[in-house]
Amino acid sequence: MEGSKSSIIEKKFNVLIVDDAPGIRMMHNALLKSFGSNVETQVAENGKVAVDLCNSGKYFDIIFIDKHMPIMDGVQATRKLREMGVASVIVGITSCDTDDEVKPFVEAGLNECFEKPLTREKIKFVFEKFHKDG
Amino acid sequence: MEVALMQRRLEDYTKSLFMEGLLDAQFLQLQQLQDDSNPEFVREVVSLFFEDSQKLLNDLTSALDQQIVDFRKVDSYVHQLKGSSSSIGAQRVKNTCIVFRTFCEEQNAEGCVRCLQQVKQEYYLVKTRLETLYRLEQQVVAAGGSIPAVEFNSF
Repeated sequence: MEGSKSSIIEKKFNVLIVDDAPGIRMMHNALLKSFGSNVETQVAENGKVAVDLCNSGKYFDIIFIDKHMPIMDGVQATRKLREMGVASVIVGITSCDTDDEVKPFVEAGLNECFEKPLTREKIKFVFEKFHKDG
Repeated sequence: MEVALMQRRLEDYTKSLFMEGLLDAQFLQLQQLQDDSNPEFVREVVSLFFEDSQKLLNDLTSALDQQIVDFRKVDSYVHQLKGSSSSIGAQRVKNTCIVFRTFCEEQNAEGCVRCLQQVKQEYYLVKTRLETLYRLEQQVVAAGGSIPAVEFNSF
C-alpha cells in the first residue's frame, strides 16, 4: 500500500464516518485508517447518531456523511449540525449524480461533496485542503 | 496441482473479472486495504455488500410488483444499490443502476422491470464470480502460496 501507516498525515484528524450501510462504514474506516495513526475514526449509522455524538460534546475535525440514510438523512443532519454551531469540515459522500440532487445537500452546510465511491485520492484531497486551511 | 500453477490460474481468473467489466479499480483499492492485521477484510466487506444488495433487490421486486408503483421509493432503492456497488467496484451492477434511475425518473414501469431483471442478473453473476475467486484464493493459501497482486494497468 502507498506510504507507511505512521507518516502520511502530519496533523492529527478526528474523523466521523456516517453511513447506514455497514460494508461502506467498514470500507471508509479502513480507507481513513490507511493514512496512519494520526487519523482517529468513529462511525455512526445515521444522521441522528452523528448529531447526538456532536451534541454530547464530541469534536470531529472532519465528518464524512452519506446523503440517503434512515431516521435522519445527510441533508437534515448537516443542517442540524450547522444550526448547533458545529464547525467541523463536513464532506458529503453520495450516489447522486445530478446538480439538482446534490444542491440541497451542499446548501445544508457541506464544505465538500463527492460522488461515491470514496477513494484514497478524495480523502487525500480533503486532508490536504483542510490541513492548509486549518 | 502445483502452487505456481494455482497462482497463475487465480491471476488469470482475477484479470478476467476486470476485463469483462464485472469489477473496476475500486475493487483493487479494497484489496489494497487488506493486510495481515485484517486478512478477511475484502471478504467481510463483500459479504456485507451481498447482504445489503439482496435486501434491496427484494425491496425493489416488491415495490415494482404493486399496482401503483411508487417511483420515488424505487429510485431510492436503486440509488442505494448504485452507491454500494460503486463502493466495492461492482461496475456492471453500478452501470445498470444508472440506466435504471433514468427509467425511474421517466416513471417507466416497463423499463424499470426490465432493469430489475438486468440488475439481478449482473448481481448474481458478480456474486458467483467473486465466490469462485475466493475459492481459488483459499486453494492457493491452503497449498502454502501467497495471493498474487494484480495491477489495474496490467490488463
